[in-house]
Parts: sequence; C-alpha cells; structure tokens
Amino acid sequence: MRRHLMLALAAALPCLVPALLAAQGTGQVREPFRPPIQFTDEDPAPPIPADVTDDRRVARNYPEQPPVIPHNIRDYQISLNNNQCLTCHSRQFTGATQAPMISITHYVDREGQTLGAVAPRRYFCTQCHVPQTMAQPIVPNTFRDMDSLISRPSDGGDRR
Amino acid sequence: MLDRRDFIKAQAVAAAATAGGISLPAMAQPSMVAGEDAQLTWSKAPCRFCGTGCSVMVATKDNRVVATHGDMQAEVNRGLNCVKGYFLSKIMYGQDRLTQPLLRMRDGKYHKDGEFRPVSWDEAFDEMARQWKRVLKEKGPDAVGMFGSGQWTIWEGYAASKLMRAGFRTNNLDPNARHCMASAAVAFIRTFGMDEPMGCYDDFEHADAFVLWGSNMAEMHPILWTRITDRRLAHNHVKVAVLSTFEHRSFELADIPMIFEPGTDLAILNYIANHIIQSGRVNKAFIEKHCSFRLGQKDIGYGLRPESVLEVRAANAKDPTDSKPMSFDEFATFVSDYTLDKVAELSKVPKERLLALAEMYADPKTKVMSLWTMGFNQHVRGVWVNHMVYNIHLLTGKISEPGNSPFSLTGQPSACGTAREVGTFAHRLPADMQVTNPTHRSHVEEGWKIPKGLLPGKIGYHAVLQDRMLKDGKLNAYWIMVNNNLQAAPNSDNETYPGYRNPENFIVVSDAYPTVTAAAADLILPAAMWVEKEGAYGNAERRTHFWHQLVNAPGEARSDLWQLMEFSKRFTTDEVWPKEILDANPDFRGKTLFDVLFRNGNVDRFPLSEVNPAYENRESKAFGFYVQKGLFEEYAAFGRGHGHDLAPFDTYHEVRGLRWPVVEGKETKWRYREGLDPYVPKGEGVRFYGNPDGKANLFAFPYEPPAESPDKDFDLWLVTGRVLEHWHSGSMTMRVPELYKAMPMALVYMHPDDAQARGLRRGSEVKVMSRRGEMRTRVETRGRNRPPRGVVFVPWFDSARLINKCTLDATDPISKQTDFKKCAVKIVAV
Repeated sequence: MRRHLMLALAAALPCLVPALLAAQGTGQVREPFRPPIQFTDEDPAPPIPADVTDDRRVARNYPEQPPVIPHNIRDYQISLNNNQCLTCHSRQFTGATQAPMISITHYVDREGQTLGAVAPRRYFCTQCHVPQTMAQPIVPNTFRDMDSLISRPSDGGDRR
Repeated sequence: MLDRRDFIKAQAVAAAATAGGISLPAMAQPSMVAGEDAQLTWSKAPCRFCGTGCSVMVATKDNRVVATHGDMQAEVNRGLNCVKGYFLSKIMYGQDRLTQPLLRMRDGKYHKDGEFRPVSWDEAFDEMARQWKRVLKEKGPDAVGMFGSGQWTIWEGYAASKLMRAGFRTNNLDPNARHCMASAAVAFIRTFGMDEPMGCYDDFEHADAFVLWGSNMAEMHPILWTRITDRRLAHNHVKVAVLSTFEHRSFELADIPMIFEPGTDLAILNYIANHIIQSGRVNKAFIEKHCSFRLGQKDIGYGLRPESVLEVRAANAKDPTDSKPMSFDEFATFVSDYTLDKVAELSKVPKERLLALAEMYADPKTKVMSLWTMGFNQHVRGVWVNHMVYNIHLLTGKISEPGNSPFSLTGQPSACGTAREVGTFAHRLPADMQVTNPTHRSHVEEGWKIPKGLLPGKIGYHAVLQDRMLKDGKLNAYWIMVNNNLQAAPNSDNETYPGYRNPENFIVVSDAYPTVTAAAADLILPAAMWVEKEGAYGNAERRTHFWHQLVNAPGEARSDLWQLMEFSKRFTTDEVWPKEILDANPDFRGKTLFDVLFRNGNVDRFPLSEVNPAYENRESKAFGFYVQKGLFEEYAAFGRGHGHDLAPFDTYHEVRGLRWPVVEGKETKWRYREGLDPYVPKGEGVRFYGNPDGKANLFAFPYEPPAESPDKDFDLWLVTGRVLEHWHSGSMTMRVPELYKAMPMALVYMHPDDAQARGLRRGSEVKVMSRRGEMRTRVETRGRNRPPRGVVFVPWFDSARLINKCTLDATDPISKQTDFKKCAVKIVAV
C-alpha cells in the first residue's frame, strides 16, 4: 500500500519523493524492502512518466559515461538508410544546430584508426545514449564520483 | 542546482579567495589537478551482465568503485560497452544493499510467519543447519535442494556442486540457466557430443550473412550487435535477416525483416532444409563423411504436470528423447512436406522473403552466421529448433570455419562458464560428464578424493520441478543463490510462491538486494557482488575471464563462495553420509563436510602467499589458503586433455580471457576443423570428436503447435523478454538512477489497432490476464517494440509488475526449459 501511494506521488509530485524516502530511511532494519516488494502486492500502475525535454546537459559520473539524452527522440528514425540523431550531432551539422558534436571516439574504428565519418560500430546511438523520463528512482543510489570523494556529493544523475 | 552563470561566478569567487588565502567550503572547489588519474587504481573485470562477456576497466579509490570504462584491450568489445555496462559503477551502491542476515522471527526464535529480524551469521547458519538436518533426517537427501545461477563465479558454482552432490548427496541442484540455456546445451550434446559453440565472435568479421532467429541483439547483446553493424555498414555485400514474432530494434538493420506466427520457426527451418536439398546444394562429401541422420520422437507433450490433459493426450510424453537412425534419403523425404507454399501460409512470412532467407544458407558462396537466444531456447520445442538450425548448417557443411557459424548466444555472464562447464545442472558433472553415467561419477569421486559410490546417480529436480516439489511438500530445505526466481519463474502465482510459503519448507535466499524472492524467504543472507570478490566467468564464445576483488562488500555481506564453504563446516560426514560408506572408508569418519570437500589436499594446496598482494581476497583470508586457485585447479583437471583444456589459474589474471580448449598456451577459435583445433587429427579435415564416431547428428522433427494458443476467451499471444536498459529482473539496474529513469516500468507493447479495438490507447491502465494470473500496467502503442495484431510484448524486469504471474509453466519436454514466449492472454481496461 505504501508503494502504491509512493508511486502515485512519484508521478504527480516528484519533488516530494526524496523527502518521503528520507523519512522512511530510519526504519531500514524493520522494513528492509525499499520499495516494499511483496509478491502478493497488486498495485495500480502509475501513469507513464513524461520524458525529460529540458535540453540541459547533465554532468557525467565519470569521463566515459555516455551522456543521457535531454530531449525527446520519439519517432526518430535510425535505420539502414537514415540516422536522425546524426542530422544534428555529426560534425558537419553542429555549426547550424548548435548541438554537441558526437565524441571523436565515435570516429574510431575497431582497429583504433580514426575515420572521416562516424564509425559503423557506433551507428546505433541508443545502445549507449538513453533519454530520461521524469520518473524518480524509488531506491536512492549512493555512488560517489572520483572528485566528490574529496570534495562534493554526486547528484547521482539527478539534476534537481 | 547551479546554473551555468552561477557556476562561472562561483569559480571566479574561488579563484579570488584562493589568491587571498581564504579557504572556501568544498562545494565550490572544482578539482582540476594535473595527474589526478594517478589517485585511481584501474583493474580489469568482465561486465556483470549478459553472456557477451565484455571487459571493463574499473577505477577504485578509497575502497569504492568510482568509474568504469570500456576496455580497449579486450577482443570482445574493444573499448565499447552498452548503456548498462557503462553504468556498472553504480550497481553496487543502491541504498538498500543487504548488509546483515535477516531471519523471520517471532518471540525470539525462527517462525515461518515471523517478521524479518537481523541476526548474526552464526545464528543464521545455526538455524539453517538445524532445518537442513531436520529435513535430511526426516526425508533424506531428496528433500534438500538448491537453485543457483549462471551468474555464479566458476568457483562458486563448483563449490555448490561439491556441497550438494558429495556433501548432501543429492542432485537437486539446478541453475537459473535452466530458464535460459538448457535447450541449447541439450541440443549441443545430442548433435556434437560436446556442449558450446564451435565458432567464436571472430565469425562476425568473416560472415557475409547474419540471420537472427528470434533474437533481438540490438537490445540484448548490444556489443555483438555493434560488430554486426560494423560488418554490415562497412561491406555492401553483407546482408542481415531478422526473424521475430514482433518488430523490434534489430529490424533497424534488417535487409530481410520477417515477422512469423509464434512457433512456426520449426516449419521455416524444415523448409530451408528442403530448399537446400531440392535445389541440389547439399554438401554431399561433407554429410557422407561427417554426419549421421536420425528420426526423432514426435508428439512429446509440453512438460506440464503429468496429470495435465496435454501430457495425458501426448503419445510420447514419457520418452521424448528417443530417436532412431535414418538415411539421408529418408530425411529428404521427411522435410519434403515443408514446401514454400505451405510454410508461407503457416508462418505468414511472404514467400519471396522465405526464399531469400533459404538462399543465404543454400548458396555455397555465402558465409552465414545464425544467431539465437531465448526465442529458440524458451520454446516448447527448444531442443528441436536448435537441432534444426544445425541441420541446415551441416547439410551445407557451413560450420566450424571462419564466418560459417551456427552461434548460440547466452544470456548470463557465466551460463557457459559456470552452469554448463562446471556442471551445476541436475543432470551434469564437470566437463560435460553426466550424473547417470557410473564411469563419470567414479571419475569425479577420484578427482574430489571422496569415497567410491558416494555420488548419487539419480537426476535431480530441474528448475520448474523444484517449484512443483516445493509446493507439493517434497522438497523442504531450499537455498536460492544469485537469482530472483520468484520474479523469473513461470506461472509463479500458482507454482512458485506457494512452495516458498509452504509451512513445511525452509527457504534461504542469498542476494545483494531485497528482491521479491528474498521477501518471500525465511532467511536472507547478504551477498557480496561482482568486484567485491575474486571471480571468474565464462562467456558464450568459450572465453574464461577472471577478475580480482577490488573493493570490500558493505557491512556483513559475504560472497556466495564464503557462504557455501562456511555452511559446510556445520555438518559432519556421520550426519549426512550413509553408514555403509563410512564403514568402508573409516578415515572419513568424524570429519566436517568442509574438511572432506575443501581441505582435501587439492582445494587447500595453494598458500595465501600466492594471492596477489595488491588485491584483497576475503575468502582466502577467512579460510587460510588460496581458495579460488585451489577450487579452479581441482576443477580444471577434469577437462584438461579432454577437449576442455583451461589455462593455468595465474594466466587468466594476466589476459582478457582465453577461449578453451587452451592447448600449449594457445586458445582455440574454431573447433572440430583441422589446422584450427589441435584436437582434430592430421588428415581428417573435420572431426566432431565429441561423438565416438566423430560424426555430428542431424535430426528430423516435424512442426508441432505451442502448448497454448490464443482463442476467443484469451485472444492475444503474450511474449515476454528483456529491454536494453535492464538486466534480467532489474535488481541491479533498477537501482541505477539513469537506467531507472530511462525505463522506469514494464509496459504492455501492443498494436494500436488492437488497443483501439478494446477501447484503449497509449497510457491506458490495463490488466494483462491469463488463465493463471494477472498483472496491472499501462499500454504502449508507439514504443520501440511494435507487435503485429494479435501479439503483445511485456518485459519482466519490473518487480512491481510481475508478468510471470501470467505465463505458462510449459517446458520443452527434453530440456525442461520453460517457454516464456508463447501463451494466451487478454487485455482489459482497469
């Protein structure tokens, strides 16, 4: 029941959820299941969360983390003949679109040679780059990046 | 959150403050020190997720993983990872890691209906041992069991096999790989006499054609998909055929896309065999010298409970594995029924596409690679369909050479290395040996230095049977390790959950996170995961890959290896072995199972001084010898000289894995062919040496329908599976914020017209209902999966939406693997 409530809240009022979780944190031993998961639970399904479309870059957790996609990509065609992502993010279009150019690593083939265009092995963008929804993680993650171990806490990919 | 301008401002302030000698709070100090990387320790490890076996470089600092990068030096992935692999750094840091044993208690002691309370490891093992001893005394070894995993490290699976078979004297040990690989493994043994692929990933760079049989590699094996993409886009003559029961991301690269009616892959494969024969493209020299033909048993039932009407009605449900020799001409006549017209009608695939597909195999100039995973294996005729793909490769001789490759992909990181090679199935022993073979048992008894006649010869309960036996009260003490079976098992509401909560049973779950399975257990043991222990995995191309312990597990969490070995100290031989055996072998009296299994002169033969001092190794420290090395070397002895040769232990810590057999320091990329495989004698050309006559077996099987098909009450096919962002039941990936946000819930993917016909649209809340159970979710009509009318797809990663309450526990009657791809459901608005 508690999760039912939380999920409903997660959908409607994203900013309240961390507070709820924090309040719950003290009961970890008594209630180790966060989210409380019982096989017999039959909760209503929350609405499909909206996509993040704010176009704001998110700091990476470490250098080689693929950046998440801060815009909607629904109905983007990526096929044998067409790759809609590259129509903004490949080198030759970034001047006009002001989109970030795909990393130079994406021009390097399996043998380590740098090519003149995106390497075929990097063709399917969504294998590594994923859009984000407004859904708020139910379980917080305590990963800390290499710098925050000295200086500051990571936002865990959360931009608020 | 600072915006960009604030950030620049803060930096300016910091610079000014530093100049003025003022120290500011850490928050404002960006760390941009030259040589910063020198503070990190980088080590190699295989990825924790699928069977591809990518290598990653892991950075640690202050006993924490702080970064993971693709490993440039790894042949498998050459610097790439998929999105899951790139987020490995975070999988150990979900806030709800289990850090202490939890026991259901009431009034200060264990109670089946009690609340979970933290206990010490001693208390946990005391209760567990008490329960095991009670069950062994009351009912004997048949009533204890274990459900393990293709995610166990090699030595964990090996230690579990020793403890269960030699310690408790039961073969009631099965891995979750039963849900995943069993059909493939059984067909390998029946065809070639040896498990696992003859080819390797190097085939990707050699093939001219790729055929995906039901596999969605773009999401499930993304790094291998990059190798196909690379080959396809860089070479114009290369073609890709994709077959599935619904359209998915792999169709983006398809030259020949094919949507077929569920289950008709059997007919399509027989049509291809027929086409090869009719068009005169059989490689006659090859089949005469290297192949035998057999007629398989038909009408073999569906692996349901024996009283089920489908089993009673089946003519050959009792002996599904039977077959008899036949000639090539008889085989040709058998498949001649499968004409283009007939199969196009049955499968609903257009004729010209079927013909183009068949030509990929028939054309002697086209090197073709067939790829499959769960579409074939999770199939009520999974063994047949695996055999059928070997049939078409063998008829044309397109096998065991670069680019010509029937390739069974695997779903788990060590389904091959641990579940299959170590032999943690209910019927297997190390190195392809079988529990029913007395010579094999005796060989293992010698290797393990245990009394002759100790190992049981009866095949144990397989995965689905374990659940049935738990429910029926015949299996009562049960240990589940590294898997989430209450989320993964079929028909779970009727056949899995009741067994866990059966008052006669004591259920133990070892896991890193509180899963639905853990929540239904009686005792939860907190587990160390991935680089919190020294490990070894074996991937789909026979590559064995090691890693060191890089960080410590949180709290009191301990590795499965430690748990298995420590638990073995609680039993003496007098308590668990028969009197006759001890009378005949009095030296074994009064010893603990730990003594006889792990202090046997093999496992304890490498001292702590051999552990690399740069890395922690908690298990070795706890037991006083190099545990992993001892277990590995004892295990490897079974395969060396028998075609399963593994390299010396220490070598694997130096390299990015090696593909067995490793002979004279060299790995083997293609087996069974002279010049490529040292086991093939000079002058033979090809030898399938797993079989005594050196020949591979082709089997003739008919098309038979699935166990359950849609009808007027339940009018849709349900197909289940995975998604790119989550691995299996999501216990790790749902705790990574970026992956969670990318794919937060399991939706039901359906055709917009099917939705409209039910008054639904994208986002409508619905119940997916079968004859067995139901789950609630939302409709997706325009997502990445686009089923045809009459089919819906639901992934199973979401613990809040358990689709396996709906699935059917029908299995392949030979492999005992569940068909998670075909059952009938209806969708109704909530």
